[in-house]
Amino acid sequence: MVNVAKRQFDAVIVGAGGAGMRAALQLSEAGIKTAVLSKVFPTRSHTVAAQGGISAALGNVQEDKWEWHMYDTVKGSDWLGDQDAIEFMCKTAPEAIIELEHFGMPFDRVDSGRIYQRPFGGHTANFGEKPVQRACAAADRTGHALLHTLYQRNVRANTQFFVEWMALDLIRDADGDVVGVTALEMETGEVYIIHAKAVLFATGGAGRIYAASTNAFINTGDGIGMSARAGIPLEDMEFWQFHPTGVAGAGVLITEGVRGEGGILLNANGERFMERYAPTLKDLAPRDFVSRCMALEVLEGRGAGKNKDHVLLKLDHLGPEVINHRLPSIREIAIKFAGVDPIKEPIPVIPTCHYQMGGIPTNYKGEVMVPKGGEPEVRVNGFYAAGECACASVHGANRLGTNSLLDLVVFGKSAGDSMIDFIKRERPVHKPLPANAADFSLSRIARLDAQTGGEEVAQVRTAIQTVIQSRAGVFRNSANMALGVTEIKAVAERVKHTQTKDKSKVWNTARMEALETDNLIEVAMATMISAENRKESRGAHSHDDFTKRDDENWMKHTLFYSEGSRIDYKPVHTKPLTVDYIPPKERTF
Amino acid sequence: MKMQFKIYRYNPDVDAKPYMQDIEVELEPSDKKLLDALVRLKTVDDSLSFRRSCREGVCGSDAMNINGKNGLACVTDIVSLKQPVEIRPLPGLPVIRDLIVDMTQFFKQYNSIKPYVINDTPPPSHERLQSPKDREELDGLYECILCACCSTSCPSFWWNPDKFVGPAGLLAAYRFIADTRDTAINERLDNLEDPYRLFRCHSIMNCVDVCPKHLNPTKAIGKIKELMVKRIA
Repeated sequence: MVNVAKRQFDAVIVGAGGAGMRAALQLSEAGIKTAVLSKVFPTRSHTVAAQGGISAALGNVQEDKWEWHMYDTVKGSDWLGDQDAIEFMCKTAPEAIIELEHFGMPFDRVDSGRIYQRPFGGHTANFGEKPVQRACAAADRTGHALLHTLYQRNVRANTQFFVEWMALDLIRDADGDVVGVTALEMETGEVYIIHAKAVLFATGGAGRIYAASTNAFINTGDGIGMSARAGIPLEDMEFWQFHPTGVAGAGVLITEGVRGEGGILLNANGERFMERYAPTLKDLAPRDFVSRCMALEVLEGRGAGKNKDHVLLKLDHLGPEVINHRLPSIREIAIKFAGVDPIKEPIPVIPTCHYQMGGIPTNYKGEVMVPKGGEPEVRVNGFYAAGECACASVHGANRLGTNSLLDLVVFGKSAGDSMIDFIKRERPVHKPLPANAADFSLSRIARLDAQTGGEEVAQVRTAIQTVIQSRAGVFRNSANMALGVTEIKAVAERVKHTQTKDKSKVWNTARMEALETDNLIEVAMATMISAENRKESRGAHSHDDFTKRDDENWMKHTLFYSEGSRIDYKPVHTKPLTVDYIPPKERTF
Repeated sequence: MKMQFKIYRYNPDVDAKPYMQDIEVELEPSDKKLLDALVRLKTVDDSLSFRRSCREGVCGSDAMNINGKNGLACVTDIVSLKQPVEIRPLPGLPVIRDLIVDMTQFFKQYNSIKPYVINDTPPPSHERLQSPKDREELDGLYECILCACCSTSCPSFWWNPDKFVGPAGLLAAYRFIADTRDTAINERLDNLEDPYRLFRCHSIMNCVDVCPKHLNPTKAIGKIKELMVKRIA
């Protein structure tokens, strides 16, 4: 075996976005020897692109209660969310937001000096009665403000970052316990073993499996891919959120906060069509619902533009003052990426892949839980996940806007606490590394180094994106998804033979993209096969052949195993921590 | 449409020294921004290395020197560029490979200003209150994306990257000085009272000229200098 350099820490965090850095702060401040690995400098993580807000029932503007927030989240999830995790998140939200404020996050303010809150999709008062202002905002740069604040706080805590290190694979021992990761130092091209007592994946989403996505280039599902290859099942990967307002053609996000501030959607006839579909919440219905309505308008010939392929987001009636003060970045994006100034003209928008509801199965403590010996949920010792790569599951079949940033800080912190507890109580000394700990990662790199005559990475990646975009979109049907399964399996074979011309070591981005594609294909396979398998319509999974939600047969989480492309299930948690169960009902808005 | 480039190339594994590469690429109609063109170019030559992530001007990864001026590739319109487009790494920082520079010194300076709110009074159970007017003081300061376009266009930073904090770091310094929740103004001014750290800024204003977020570090630096003067008086 090749001699691979090793480094040892108590805790390793992979990913330095909102979840990773919130966890890092918890661990650093507790004096745990922690390494944070990130393939980009922390403030370049995709959390930075979140715009509209972070939710908490602070009641700064209107009366609000965390129980209402919980109800909205359960209903938003189309009853696939785990109600214990949802209760935990919504109840913890106010203190999590106040903590961010104390960390120095530059929230906008109301006259009383408290945090400004705006309306958002699916946020209601009194169990769905009327819209409520719950989204705490820093203009339309809430993610940027949050991410920079967490980075700054980690500078204060002296957190040790390994910047531009790409994690390659999870290391599990013979008991199945997680004892570290392998990682590539991008500047040197060297592979290291990072030996740890506890590993947290906070690697973000994988929206890059779609051709049109609001997601950054780096969102390649690295944690999902590493987990899948290490035998961890993936939960609910059929559920992908299409954000109603991506800039048509460019994919760049336009926050729901635009509609929160009073913006409206219009079809080609100038009709505010959401009034027809959602009489109470109108343009502020949840995202799965609004995206379907928009897609229907286009399908039925009422799309705008010369190809009738998008709808219009009108906000000029808000006036320059509101737009410049509350939505300055939106104006900048619209001018740069849509070529329109929203003070004068509407923005052309289209539902665009935005968020992965599924992921690595965890409980609300951030512990990774998998079926074992007949039990549906057994802890994988030493393994934690938080943020978009994890599935707690608080978002179920459809996430509410602003619950993603909340998810990051709530579960980043709880995962950090769980790790501290585990390291102190259960793992005072490191478990030994298996003898072959780095072999698999080294073989992946050796394969790339030796590969000749293979296909280019970009070409294969485009093939993945083409299949997923056309077969796992807003509207799905059996025949199309069956084709998608066949096609993505064929692409998976091609991924095994990708070739890079660049074989050098220092900052070899071609190699990194090839390794990322290994992760993308795991996500794409899980997505396509889980989607084809679910014979109902729920949340973001809208099935033309099974148009109703089927609670009797399908109120259960999908678990997808990469090996053998096997599907299993686990029950939805119907027992909240302290309050009454919220029973399913029809979702109308 | 074909697009012509002159790109700075250097791969320490292969090249004895850096060189300028003449290369062209056939663009697709969907390619609008310089970053789109570079990504397209990478399909022709996969060894071309550059950082990129959000592709919408908010993560700060793809700062580079474009036809002589620092900027973000992802928000630079292809049609605005004179061809062949000359692309170089950010000036003044060590080049690791191609357009990838070593930003250690840049972040070291940022960290040196203690970029976090300092307030030792125990926080209340709710927010530390701040009026909308006080909060407005942070506008134009907190939006920095740490792309380093400003600091690497600043002659003072080129000459003294180890001693002069640079425009990005000083903008951040003033962001915390201006925050009504921060109680360490004196400590922060002490930290900058030095012939180099603050006073190497000679108001050349290259930083203002290149900032892709339209921020004004020179103005922030001026305000810090004012506070220094007031403090002495």
